[in-house]
Amino acid sequence: MLSNPASARKGNLVAAAGMTIAILGTIFLYRDAETGAYLHNYLWIFGGLIIGGVIGTLAARKVKMTAMPEMVSLFNGMGGACAALISLVEFNHLSHLIASMPEGESHAALRPTVLIIALGLLIGSVSFAGSMIAWGKLNGKIKDFSFAGQNILNLFMLALAIGLSAYLVMMPSSHVLIYAILGLSLIYGVFFVMPIGGADMPVVISLLNSFTGVAAACGGFLYDNKVMLTGGILVGAAGTLLTILMCKAMNRSLKNVLIGSFGGNTASGASANGGAQGHFKEISLSDAATIMSYSSKVMIVPGYGLAVAQAQHICHELEEILTGKGVTVKYAIHPVAGRMPGHMNVLLAEADVNYEKMLEMEQANDEFSSTDVVLILGANDVVNPAAKSDPASPIYGMPILDVELAKNVVVNKRSMKPGYAGIENDLFFRPKTSMLFGDAKKVLEDLCSEVKNI
Amino acid sequence: MESFLQWIYANQQVLYIVILMIFVGIEVIGRVPSVLHTPLMSGANAIHGVVIIGAIIVMGKAESDNYMALVLGFLAVILGMLNVVGGFVVTDRMLEMFKKKKQ
Repeated sequence: MLSNPASARKGNLVAAAGMTIAILGTIFLYRDAETGAYLHNYLWIFGGLIIGGVIGTLAARKVKMTAMPEMVSLFNGMGGACAALISLVEFNHLSHLIASMPEGESHAALRPTVLIIALGLLIGSVSFAGSMIAWGKLNGKIKDFSFAGQNILNLFMLALAIGLSAYLVMMPSSHVLIYAILGLSLIYGVFFVMPIGGADMPVVISLLNSFTGVAAACGGFLYDNKVMLTGGILVGAAGTLLTILMCKAMNRSLKNVLIGSFGGNTASGASANGGAQGHFKEISLSDAATIMSYSSKVMIVPGYGLAVAQAQHICHELEEILTGKGVTVKYAIHPVAGRMPGHMNVLLAEADVNYEKMLEMEQANDEFSSTDVVLILGANDVVNPAAKSDPASPIYGMPILDVELAKNVVVNKRSMKPGYAGIENDLFFRPKTSMLFGDAKKVLEDLCSEVKNI
Repeated sequence: MESFLQWIYANQQVLYIVILMIFVGIEVIGRVPSVLHTPLMSGANAIHGVVIIGAIIVMGKAESDNYMALVLGFLAVILGMLNVVGGFVVTDRMLEMFKKKKQ
């Protein structure tokens, strides 16, 4: 059902209904395996459900479409924290059980359970801490932060946490140990996401998403609950694959994304060749409007700048005006444009753009040669020719939109500042390119009125 | 080690489900166009909210004098519910936008 935008919504509702049934079923039908007792503390359970439900609905309804990646990251963190908390409580329960065992009796039979608890705690808290940092970074509240030897320290912390977990499996009675694992995993989660650049955030969120899935599956093992297990593993597998797909779209390995911190080591290289790039040419609004309305095909390349300016609606308006003048207007969407895969599609869909007009990268690249004008709105790295020509560039090898095949390229940007990845873009200095400076929304509004007057 | 082998034996069926689900997961993603990757991610995000079931069980089993379990469990239920509800609502909002154009 998810393979088509139209039926996907139904699929989502079905999933939501399934979840409701699973929750209600657990509340009313669950029986303890040994004693056969029903659950109690209904007041607490329903209290929690209502509080969480109300806050969740309000937050999800209020959030702006541009802030969607943050929201997903935040909710993901909640799930991770939930899994970690379950592990904590279950361990507490288990250690009471062990303590009450007669002296000398082996608790070897409990070891797999302890292993699962430790895993759930480890993965859940890494996912929680990581998601919180990712949320802060997407919000712009937390800046990239890295220091020498961070990777080694990270690996050391991870190894230590895993080592402690292994020790815990053998000696499942130490309370100090479980809190040590909790603390280590939280710190690891923070340091793990800290140095990763904003351009790679989508990959990280997807990865953390699959982590939480695995943590949920651990819970499924713990309670021998098929629903949790199935859901968790499904998300874990799907999330991992999605992560890999995204890495492929950027032509980088997962290891490269996680270890090679993007912004830091590239800044020097970019500024070194920045001076020799010569002049760029500006275009006036009326000229831009003229060439667009007299061309037969216009391709719009949206980027995060469009999202920031909230210009998706006015962009659609321009599309309609141009279409009314007999111009074919299409959108070329790079898989990693924006801050999440498919982020641009969602934004344009919000503005009522027909999704059949949104071309994926390969389709768009086939059509650029027959395009008269390419209008780039706040996109930068996804059209940077350095990805094809300059092996020294940090984005070298990333597939890009070949906007240079078109007859004219008009770039709308707020300034000449480099894009999110911090790399100079050669495209802006090419003879075919003309720059149209200004906030995307303002520029598009002016373009609309200019085109109308022609 | 023996206890682990025993455990694997006892949970054979469950492990089969795990393997099956890995394949289903891969199959599902392979078919989704990149247009839908954002809703998909948030949909998957909602689905792993099933952890809430664990939270409910923890909560429901807690003795009424075990305050640590009660407080932590209560928190877990709230967080889990946030994940589930928020995830589904966000996904629905995104997909709704795709649908509007159809009519």
